Amino acid sequence: MILRLMSMCLALICAVAATAQAQQGPLRIEITEGVIEPLPFAVPTFQPESGDAGQMAVDLARVVSEDLVSSGLFREIPASAFISTVSDFNAPVQYADWKAINAQALITGAVSVSGNSLNVKFRLYDVFSGAELGSGLQFAGTIDGWRRMAHKVADAVYSRITGEGGYFDSRVVYVSETGPKDERLKRLAIMDYDGANVRYLTDSASIVLAPRFSPTGDRILYTSYESGFPRIYVLDIGSVQRRVLESAEGTMSFAPRFSPSGNTVVYSLTQGGNTDIYTMDIASGQSVRLTNTPAIETAPSYSPDGSKIVFESDRSGSQQLYVMPASGGEAQRISFGEGRYGTPVWSPRGDLVAFTKQNKGRFHIGVMRLDGSEERLLTASFLDEGPTWAPNGRVIMFARETQGTGGSSSLYSVDISGRNLKPVRTQEGGSDPSWSPLQN
Amino acid sequence: MNRILTSTLLITALAVSACTNPNRFGGDNMNGAGGLTGANGSIIPGSANDPASTAYFQQFIGDRVLFEVDQSSLTPAGQATLDGQASWLNTNTDYQAVIEGHADEQGTREYNVALGARRANAAREYLVSRGVAGHRLRTVSYGKERPIEVCSQEACYAKNRRAVTVLAGGLSS
Repeated sequence: MILRLMSMCLALICAVAATAQAQQGPLRIEITEGVIEPLPFAVPTFQPESGDAGQMAVDLARVVSEDLVSSGLFREIPASAFISTVSDFNAPVQYADWKAINAQALITGAVSVSGNSLNVKFRLYDVFSGAELGSGLQFAGTIDGWRRMAHKVADAVYSRITGEGGYFDSRVVYVSETGPKDERLKRLAIMDYDGANVRYLTDSASIVLAPRFSPTGDRILYTSYESGFPRIYVLDIGSVQRRVLESAEGTMSFAPRFSPSGNTVVYSLTQGGNTDIYTMDIASGQSVRLTNTPAIETAPSYSPDGSKIVFESDRSGSQQLYVMPASGGEAQRISFGEGRYGTPVWSPRGDLVAFTKQNKGRFHIGVMRLDGSEERLLTASFLDEGPTWAPNGRVIMFARETQGTGGSSSLYSVDISGRNLKPVRTQEGGSDPSWSPLQN
Repeated sequence: MNRILTSTLLITALAVSACTNPNRFGGDNMNGAGGLTGANGSIIPGSANDPASTAYFQQFIGDRVLFEVDQSSLTPAGQATLDGQASWLNTNTDYQAVIEGHADEQGTREYNVALGARRANAAREYLVSRGVAGHRLRTVSYGKERPIEVCSQEACYAKNRRAVTVLAGGLSS
């Protein structure tokens, strides 16, 4: 009884506060402003529209909620606070009941199952405007792919409220790690962005490094020591068939990435102790040398339009970031802050480069504009490295290695304002993540 | 030498090296030749008192050189070790070697692969300058992937920044 009174009081206070907020404008989050107060939403269990869809209705709503909450931009109002229930997907929404518990966004859904196929419908309501935001959407898929349907709903909600692309219906390929530091076993793994549906793509017989998705998400480039020397392999995710890219005897190749067209690989090749950047046409195996200095030139990454390459070089005496035309030629240094900069990755939106910075014995993941301005460090630890961008260019995943004899590596994510730093769930340790594009 | 004897010697050599070299990178760093010469006449081929053995090379010549932080230039101690390696390789011409370059964990992965390659190449070029035929020496870099010491302090880092000359061939070729 007392509890009930308290929650009613809370609800009243919230309602007053929210009314004030609601008058400021439509349901909207500006990500660039750095969201401090997550937007409260309610997602009642979806409506089962066929007899055997009950559990799926529960699970789908749960994953939609987990996605939104994980972004750090949204806060779920627990079902225990609900005043109304939604018992019919098409019935009018009782806005007052959702306003009273300060649910600014309401997500309703319905699900039906037929054999192995699944049909999911959803609607998004702006509670304080008392209107639907966008129109209802319907997704069809398979039972096995049910999590993807939930991710698609969450992406649509995220996208409508933030005005940005979503990133939940995506995957991550990474190096799965087990064992102590001096006997570390590494193998390639692929999973949904949230850690679900892990699949291993190689065994751990040889060292594998830095897998990278193709622009269409169907192939992976990575480096393996299976020949005894580091070489670049291209792997088809569906068939798990792989082949080694051409490389001359006595050389080492590593740090590959696809061009935006998916036809070319940019990578590092070491010959006689000197490491430079090359490109190779995947089909013909023909390579072109892009840099030619005695410095270490590595970690190349294309601009989204394919016209430029950002990379690291120690030609100045320490690791720094440079941008050059995709065909090679003169490079402009872009990093000028204190410390060393490496592993640059061009944002899929084209506006920022993410990097690893080492300064005063600490490692940071950071972002800067392509002219080196507005450098922002998002993390700090004993060893953070290897950033990768979410498909919408708003979230970064990276690896964090802990210090000391028992040190191990695991995956983390953080948004580009430096908020919402958190571990990514993996079955084993992880490093070198690469985020896929949004799936189709 | 007949096949059975060769096999016996090989097995003995493997057994001995398995005992004396619990990790794949061999024993501790010991600079300079010397020590056991097998003068008592009871040399067990392949064992550390066989001057033509891998075990001898690892224990008495010294199979590795160490580097300063973020450097790939050879130290005087490193050069002395490589002088020993060169004269040993020039004597034991059956052997080939892969020089493995390594880095400590303070550095990004790709950069460390490239840095390890510089270190391995520095050791290789020194050996070639001392008369070892280039075709006998390959290099590979493991970057920071294969530390032998696991603490996160300079004492460990110093041992991980290394170029290790790993022999192949000899008796087994």
